[in-house]
Amino acid sequence: MKVSPALKDRALLRRVLGLVGPYWFFVASSLICAAVSVAAQLLVPILCGDAIDAMLGMGRVDFALVGRVAFAIALSTAIAAAAQWVLAACNNRIAFRVSRDLRLKAMAKLQRLPLAYLDRHPSGDLVSRMIADVDTFSDGLLLGFTQFFSGVLTIAGTLVLMARIHLGVTAVVVVLTPLSLFAAGFITRRTYRYFRDQTAIRGEQTALVEEQIQGQRVVQAFGHEEESLAAFDDVNDRLRDASVKAVFFSSLTNPVTRFVNSVVYAAVGLTGALLALGGGISVGQLSVFLSYANQYAKPFNEISGVVTELQNALACIQRVFDLLDAPDQIPDAAGAAVLEPDGRVKLENVSFSYVPERPLIEHFHLDVQPGQRIAIVGPTGCGKTTLINLLLRFYDVNDGAISAAGQDIRTVTRASLRKSYGMVLQDTWLRAGTIRENIAYGKPEATLEEITAAAQAAHAHSFIRRLPQGYDTVIAEDGGNLSQGQKQLLCIARVMLCLPPMLILDEATSSIDTRTEIKIQKAFAAMMEGRTSFIVAHRLSTIREADVILVMRDGKIIEQGDHRSLLAQGGFYAALYNSQFDTAP
Amino acid sequence: MKDLLEHLRGHRLISVLAPLFKLLEALFDLFVPLVVADIINVGIGQGDSGYILSCCGILVALALVGLGCSVVAQYFAAKASVHCASGLRRTLFAHIQSLGFSEVDVIGGSTLITRMTSDINQVQNGLNMFLRLFMRSPFIVFGAAIMAFSLNRTVSVIFFLTIPVLFVIVFGLMAVTAPLYRRVQTGLDAVMGATRENLSGVRVVRAFAREREEQARFAGFHDTLTRLQLFVGRISALMNPLTYVAVNLAIIAILSLGARQVDGGLLLSGDVIALVNYMSQILIELVKLAQTVVLISRSLASLGRITTVLHTPVGMTYPAATAPAVSEAAVAFDQVHLTYAGAGGESLSGVSFTALPGQTVGVIGGTGSGKTSLVHLIPRFYDATEGAVTILGRPAADWAQADLRQAVGIVLQKAQLFAGTIRSNLLWGDKTAGDAALWEALEAAQAAEFVRAKPLGLDEPVEQGGRNLSGGQRQRLTIARALVRKPSILILDDSASALDFATDAALRKSLRALPWHPTVFIVSQRTSSLRHADRILVLDDGRLVGQGTHAQLLETCPVYREIHESQFEKGGAAG
Repeated sequence: MKVSPALKDRALLRRVLGLVGPYWFFVASSLICAAVSVAAQLLVPILCGDAIDAMLGMGRVDFALVGRVAFAIALSTAIAAAAQWVLAACNNRIAFRVSRDLRLKAMAKLQRLPLAYLDRHPSGDLVSRMIADVDTFSDGLLLGFTQFFSGVLTIAGTLVLMARIHLGVTAVVVVLTPLSLFAAGFITRRTYRYFRDQTAIRGEQTALVEEQIQGQRVVQAFGHEEESLAAFDDVNDRLRDASVKAVFFSSLTNPVTRFVNSVVYAAVGLTGALLALGGGISVGQLSVFLSYANQYAKPFNEISGVVTELQNALACIQRVFDLLDAPDQIPDAAGAAVLEPDGRVKLENVSFSYVPERPLIEHFHLDVQPGQRIAIVGPTGCGKTTLINLLLRFYDVNDGAISAAGQDIRTVTRASLRKSYGMVLQDTWLRAGTIRENIAYGKPEATLEEITAAAQAAHAHSFIRRLPQGYDTVIAEDGGNLSQGQKQLLCIARVMLCLPPMLILDEATSSIDTRTEIKIQKAFAAMMEGRTSFIVAHRLSTIREADVILVMRDGKIIEQGDHRSLLAQGGFYAALYNSQFDTAP
Repeated sequence: MKDLLEHLRGHRLISVLAPLFKLLEALFDLFVPLVVADIINVGIGQGDSGYILSCCGILVALALVGLGCSVVAQYFAAKASVHCASGLRRTLFAHIQSLGFSEVDVIGGSTLITRMTSDINQVQNGLNMFLRLFMRSPFIVFGAAIMAFSLNRTVSVIFFLTIPVLFVIVFGLMAVTAPLYRRVQTGLDAVMGATRENLSGVRVVRAFAREREEQARFAGFHDTLTRLQLFVGRISALMNPLTYVAVNLAIIAILSLGARQVDGGLLLSGDVIALVNYMSQILIELVKLAQTVVLISRSLASLGRITTVLHTPVGMTYPAATAPAVSEAAVAFDQVHLTYAGAGGESLSGVSFTALPGQTVGVIGGTGSGKTSLVHLIPRFYDATEGAVTILGRPAADWAQADLRQAVGIVLQKAQLFAGTIRSNLLWGDKTAGDAALWEALEAAQAAEFVRAKPLGLDEPVEQGGRNLSGGQRQRLTIARALVRKPSILILDDSASALDFATDAALRKSLRALPWHPTVFIVSQRTSSLRHADRILVLDDGRLVGQGTHAQLLETCPVYREIHESQFEKGGAAG
């Protein structure tokens, strides 16, 4: 059944109110302050008018009245100013607290989301939901809301106060003011096209600049600077012409609305002054009208801005809600046991696929004894990580069961299951922090001696020692200032420190040169001693020594056995193996 | 700043006219309260409806002329700022192009891209606003005070007292909050960084069962941010109430003082209204001025970042003409040391070797052993910190830039292609090359087959960075691009890593058969790729620990032997 958009929006609004709910006190205070501040501010022109009317001319000034009015202005000013400050403070509190709440919720959600969700959604998109969308929402909705509220109050208050003085002049203001809105709207619509052009060309230019700067070495090596500059000039000139138009036409909004407002002002002046001639209103009242006419357009402009902002805010919060509403991974079973790993892993009749239309693993059996080595072999992109996903329960099997130490892994806590494995993946992830923090990631309480020992075992110690601050060197987000090989060494050291009874190694040597690789292989060998190991293997020596070789192709496990039996089978493995043999020197 | 002015020079007239027209508009704005005062004092005072009508006509006329001035000013400002930014962007681009590898390493590629894009846009906005408002706003503020002075000297004292107070409030608060806002930005960056990190490392976080700690860490970052935001918010929220109070106090003073002047017959009530109006105008313009100052200070920061790049000196100079050759050697290194700018240690230490014309030289060694550093000295991407590098018989520094590039072709580790077609990429090697020459190069690079298989052949489009090609295809095309140039020295910096053994072997064979017999440098991690080289250089931690043929090195160089054995195992295992 399709829910009508309005109804859906109502549900959305209710939910938004739910977010603000805990801060109802600040919301109420903010609304009250807005009302107080608007009322006090509107009063000031009237009071000024009264004061003017008390000054009729030479020798005809009512000083007592001017004094009283001055006091009243001072009072309203004080009240308005105080209310304004409290209003802003309340709004800040609501906005910043609500964004904080949302982001913490979202972060907690990230920890519970199934990997399937995270693998499918680009991380840039999730980051922008958590940061930019939350900001837009809290700014737009909460500040927009109070602006909207004060705007409406200002308009209503102005109307009432003007109408009390004179209906005719009020009518002039009411009828003419919207003209400025129309003018502004007209210009915005007309300039949209120019902005679109500008954005498109700017995108083109950014792409070119990125390419040229990233490829600068090639540009220089081939002496291609002149041609590159010519290509740049072409885009740059087009951007310039489009920008002049976009910037100019959009900058017309202010002068044009100002012009319309001036015309309204003149019209109010004319009607008011003519009325004042006949004694219909006093000079002071005319001054009230003139200052209201000046201010009246402002809330309209603000409100029209607020509407777009509100729509924007709702669109953003919807994206945040979509993230928060994504189904969690299946929680650990009630009373899930803590896994006591003994190195046994058993896959029974396992079937798995990421999408139902493409079955990958079907009715797969594997019985791994403590200390065995399982090599996973296959061409690049054959889906070797699928098995890792299942073993660590990043994904659940569709059918069958995986057990560790005789227990179905769905009956033990994820934390205990995952802590039983040491994992070195090809994708090296390090956190922004010191080398030391990174190595101790799985064991934060580790001493420096333990950390150094782990680094030595991983052959990372020598390069760490050469860094400016040794183990306290801060590495940038995602290890930016380290080479790929160094990052991999750190990931290995991270596992070396914990050394759980089972290992998953994505033969993480892709970016490490052969000599370092030998050292790491030695470390790996020591590490694997007596431990059940699953190795995504590229090296024939690893593969040959494995107890079980799983041959994968197109995401499926197509062959299984040891080196000898697989060669004897004469299947894909044999073909793969022989192809390497043929081309080897 | 100087760089910006230089670019404004070409648009001197309009960049002066823009603020001038803005001033005219402001001037007309300033007349409005005077006209209103006349309506009240003369029109209403003397009961002259015709006078009122003509005054209102004047108001409309003022508005119209103001609109006209403003439109002209906006156009000039837009044109001046956009053209200036555009020129600046071009200068920056050209300068970045001229920067050497060393300089680019220090500044960083992504920073350069930001400078070229968002920083320049920021400068454009700032300049535009500057031309439009920076003259207008102070003019209105002081103009209003002068108008008040012309109306009544006694009352205008209030203006001259209030304006400094307002300035102190507005700019004082800005000065206080500016550094705080920078801290807020840092806080937000930390929160964003933590988010990104959690997403990219989700498997590791979960494998180590650290979900709860990650949440706590994030909450910690965010609490710091929220506290800062609230603190800054409370301070900057003072701006509106304080200015409002100051202006209203001034209005009270105008009314009180004005009442006395009116009573003394020195002032009319319409003039009092005008004075109050001037005070309100001052407030409005001051707020605009404050916003402009924020924008401009941001633009100045951007301009500063741009200037830093523009003023990064080009570290390398080239002679106008290449010196004559003084020796036979194709490439000779004599006790070469290299330390990168800002690096702690040497990347090359005392490397010496000589390669003769037509020889094939292999370079092998561990990660960070200096292989790439060594070959980057040949096309003079960097200058040796110490020692001498000789290219085709002349010191590297004695080569004219264009000649050196013609002589040395290098295929970099990262296969970088450019948006266009396969042909347009190959033509980088030699603009004048015909199809036959391109195919020849493709054949030698083992790329002809897959190019032929493309529906459009040579004219097959290449997307930005060559995204639409596989890693191996990109590598072969970059090799072909270098071959099109027919360089005397050809360098392949681990450029065959994505190729399978068979293709790699075929490539090496065709390189040996190149008709112009270049000196070839091959950097590789596989001894198998180098075993037929005339000479192999073995690097370890920046030092040349062995050189010779495959057979010699197996005898004499333990490092080489170790590398070879680790790989030989693969082959041996197969046999």
